[in-house]
Amino acid sequence: MPDLVTRRPQGLYCEPGGFYIDPWRPVERAVITHAHADHCRPGHAAYLAHHDGMGLMRARLGDGASLEGLAYGEPRRLGDVTLSLHPAGHVLGSAQVRIEHRGEVWVVAGDYFVSGSGDCNTTCAPFEPVRCDVFVTESTFGLPIYRWAPQTEVLADMRAWWADCASQGQHALLMGYSLGKAQRLVAGLATADAPGPVLVHGAVARLNAAYREAGVALPDVETVTAETNFKSLRGALVIAPPAVQGSRWAKALGPHSDAFASGWMRLRGARRRRGVDRGFVFSDHADWPGLLSAIRATGAQRVIVTHGDEGALVRYLTELGLQAEAFATEYGDETHGVEAAE
Amino acid sequence: MKGFVALYLALDASTSTLAKVAALKRYLADAPPSDAAWAVYLLAGGTPRRAVPTSELRALACEAAGLPDWLFEAGYAATGDLAEAIAYVLPDPVDGIDAPLADWMERRILPLRQADAAARREAVLAAWHGLSADERFMFVKLVGGGFRVGVSKLLVQRALAEWSGADAAGIAQRMMGYTQIDTPPTAERFQALLADDTTGARGGQPYPFFLAHPLQAEPATLGARNDWLAEWKYDGIRAQVVKRDGQLWIWSRGEELVTERFPEVQLEASTWPDGTVVDGELLAWHHGEDRPAPFALLQKRIGRTKLSKAILAEAPVRLLAYDLLESEGEDRRQEPMHARRARLERLGIATSPLVDAADWPGLAAAREGSRERHVEGLMLKHRDSAYGIGRTAGAWWKWKVAPLSVDAVLVYAQAGHGRRANLYTDYSFAVWNRAPRDAAEAQAALDSTGGELTLVPFAKAYSGLTDAEIQRVDREIRKTTVEKFGPVRRVRPTLVFELGFEGIQASTRHKSGIAVRFPRMLRIRDDKPLHEADTLATLRALMETAPHGDEDGADD
Repeated sequence: MPDLVTRRPQGLYCEPGGFYIDPWRPVERAVITHAHADHCRPGHAAYLAHHDGMGLMRARLGDGASLEGLAYGEPRRLGDVTLSLHPAGHVLGSAQVRIEHRGEVWVVAGDYFVSGSGDCNTTCAPFEPVRCDVFVTESTFGLPIYRWAPQTEVLADMRAWWADCASQGQHALLMGYSLGKAQRLVAGLATADAPGPVLVHGAVARLNAAYREAGVALPDVETVTAETNFKSLRGALVIAPPAVQGSRWAKALGPHSDAFASGWMRLRGARRRRGVDRGFVFSDHADWPGLLSAIRATGAQRVIVTHGDEGALVRYLTELGLQAEAFATEYGDETHGVEAAE
Repeated sequence: MKGFVALYLALDASTSTLAKVAALKRYLADAPPSDAAWAVYLLAGGTPRRAVPTSELRALACEAAGLPDWLFEAGYAATGDLAEAIAYVLPDPVDGIDAPLADWMERRILPLRQADAAARREAVLAAWHGLSADERFMFVKLVGGGFRVGVSKLLVQRALAEWSGADAAGIAQRMMGYTQIDTPPTAERFQALLADDTTGARGGQPYPFFLAHPLQAEPATLGARNDWLAEWKYDGIRAQVVKRDGQLWIWSRGEELVTERFPEVQLEASTWPDGTVVDGELLAWHHGEDRPAPFALLQKRIGRTKLSKAILAEAPVRLLAYDLLESEGEDRRQEPMHARRARLERLGIATSPLVDAADWPGLAAAREGSRERHVEGLMLKHRDSAYGIGRTAGAWWKWKVAPLSVDAVLVYAQAGHGRRANLYTDYSFAVWNRAPRDAAEAQAALDSTGGELTLVPFAKAYSGLTDAEIQRVDREIRKTTVEKFGPVRRVRPTLVFELGFEGIQASTRHKSGIAVRFPRMLRIRDDKPLHEADTLATLRALMETAPHGDEDGADD
C-alpha cells in the first residue's frame, strides 16, 4: 500500500484524503494542527482544524478565510479516509491528526508537549497518545540534553525571581512567545499569592481574549497601554513577546530585570546571546524523554521525523529497532537559535 | 560547593558589574576562608590542571546516561560545552553531597590526577550521583580543567576590597602570583591578600602590570608631542623581573613564574642591585643584530621543555627594559615616567630606546618602518604618567601599524563555543592557487574537484564580526553547506572577507606552505566577486616584505 502521507513541495499531503497538513504553500484543502504562524499559513482555499483554535486562526487569516472546526475525537470523512483530531498539549486547539485508510492508521502530531508529573497546564487539553501504525513526530528538542524540569518548579523559580525584583523595587519583564507560552505564564503566575500585579503586552492580551472565548479560565490581568504608569506600581510582572527586548516599550517599565522563557534557554550559549538577566527553561514542546515516551505510546513501528534534530532522532529510533526516516519540512527553524518561534 | 555554584550562576546570569560585585560580596560574607581562597583563585583566573581526561568524562557520561556516544556527541555539539552537555544528559541525582568547595578541590578533585582509571571512574560516577545539574556542570569544569567565568580579576579585587575594607590597589598587588598553577590557595594565603600592611612587596612578589589602550584617534589629539615618550612596541613576552634578597624571579604577564626558562636574563640581572623590579619584554635576539628575531623563534624556544645548548644558541633571549617599578627597595610606580626611565638608564639596564621624531607627522613616518624593524608599531607614554594597574585610559597608548590583509574566501565553518554555541562562528579561509580568468572559470572550478584552478585554505579566524554579521554568515553557511564532517561544514563558497593578520611566514606544517599570525576578519567584502579574491602569489609577496607578527593577539 502506498504511503498515506507524503511530502510534496506544498507540504505534507494525504492523497486518498485529498488534503494537506500544515502546508507551507497555498492549497485547496488544509488541515491545520495549530495556529502558530509556521503551521497555519494564509492563502489556502479551505481550512479544517479544532474548534478551540478557530478564534486564533480567524485573527491570523482574516474574515475571508473558509474555516471549519472539529471537536477532539470527532470522525470526519475526507475523500477515502477518516480523519479525527486529538489533543497535542501544545497550545489552545493544537491537535494531532489521525488518518485511517483501509485499516491503516497514521498520526501526524504537529507540535506537541507531553506533560509529566508536576506539569500543570490548564490552558489547553493535554497530549493524548493515539495508537497508530505510522507516527509523524516533530523533533524541535530532539537531543538528550533537553530534559525539562516540571513546570511547577520552573514557575516557582520565576516567582522567586519576581519576588526578588519586587524586593529591590524593580519590575520583572518576562518574555515568551505570545501565543501559547504567554498564556501558560499568565495561568501559572497570576495567582492569589503573587508578589505583585501581573500586566500583559497588548499582543498577549488579544490572544488571552481568544483563549477566554474558547472557554479557558485565564486569570484577569491588566493590559499595558500608553497610559500605564509603572512608577505607581510595585513589583509588577509584565508578560510580553520577545520582540519587546530593548525597545522603547520595555524602557517605559523603568528599572526592571528581564527574563526569557523558552526551551532554548536550556543552552547557556543561547541564554547569554539573548542578553537577558534570566533564562527560564520553559517550553510547550516535548523534551527528549517526552518525545521518546510519546513515540513508544503510539505503538507505531514506523516513525517519520520532521522539523528539529531529525538526524539524531531518526538514528536513535533506528538503533532501537524502529523503522525511522525524516521529512524535510518548512516549520520552525532548522537552527537551535532562540529566534525560532517555539 | 553549593554556595560557589550559586555564585557562579549569579555571575554568569548577570551582565551588570554592580550585581556581580554584590554577588561576590554575599559569597565572601558566608564562605569559610578556605573556600573563599579557592573561589578567589578560580574567579581570578586560576586554572587547576585537568584531573580527569575529557575523553574519559565523555565515556563515563555515555555510560551513566545510557546513551550511544554519537548521540552524546550530538548533544555536546548543540551545547558547545562539554560540562553543560554532561550536566544535562545525566539522570537526576539520587542523593545529595554537600561538601565545602575546598574539600571538593583538595580531597576529591585534585587527587584524581594521581589516581588510576578505575578510581577516577568510581569517584566521577559517585559525584554525578550526588550532584544537581548545576553542581555537575561545575564539577566537570573543575575536573576537566576548563573552568572560566565572565568576571575580570579587577572585579574580584574590587569585591574583596569592598567586602574587607582593604585598599583595592594593595589587594591587586598582593594577588600577583596568587593564581599560579600548582600553588593551591589556602586560607592563610587568602587572608594574606586582605592584610593591609605598608611594608610593600615581600619575597618575589611582582607588581600588577600596567597596560596600554589601543590608540584609535589621531595622535595629534593627545596634545603636544613633547609630552609623550615614544618607544617601539616590541613583539615578545612581556615580563617583570624581580630582584630582592639576592634572589631573582621572572614573571610572565600571565603571572606565571618563568625564571628557569631564561638563564640569559638571570645572568643579565646578576649585576643589578638588590631591591630592583623591572618591567620589560623578553625577546629572541641574536648578538650584534640591530633588531629582534621574529617572534616565531621565541615561540620555538618557549615550546622546548629542556633548554639544550643548541636551542640556547639558536634562540638566545634578552630582556629589553621598559620601566622601573622598584629601586633600592622603594616602590617607584608613582614617580613620573621620565624619572623612572632616567633611573633605569643610570642603573645601566638595557632599555627600550626612545623614538625621537620631533613632531607627530615625523613619528607617524617612523612608525611606517615598524615591520622592517620587527616591531608592531609604537607605544606612546605620557612623560609624567605613573605606573598604574591594569588598563587605565589616557596614560599609555599602543599605536600599532595596520594589519596585513588579503581578500579570502570562506570555505569551511565550525560552530563556536560558549556564547557562540550553535552558531557557525569559526571559519577557514582560502585563496586561489592562481588568479581565475573570470567569474565563469572560478565557478567552474568550484563545481568540479581536482581541477587545476583551486582554492587553497590557509587560515582560520573567528573574531572581528558583529553579532548581526555572525547571524548573517551563519544563515549563509547553513544554506550553502555541501558536506558535514562532525562539527565542520564545507560550504559552496559565496562569501569573500577581508582578512587581517599581524604576520606571515613560510610553514612546513601548513598545506598552503604559509602561516599567518592572529588572523581575524576585518569586514565582509560584499563588493568582491569570488574570482577577485586574492591568490597564493599575493600571500607570498606579503611574506617577502613583511615577516612575523604578534603573540596570538595577546599583545601587551
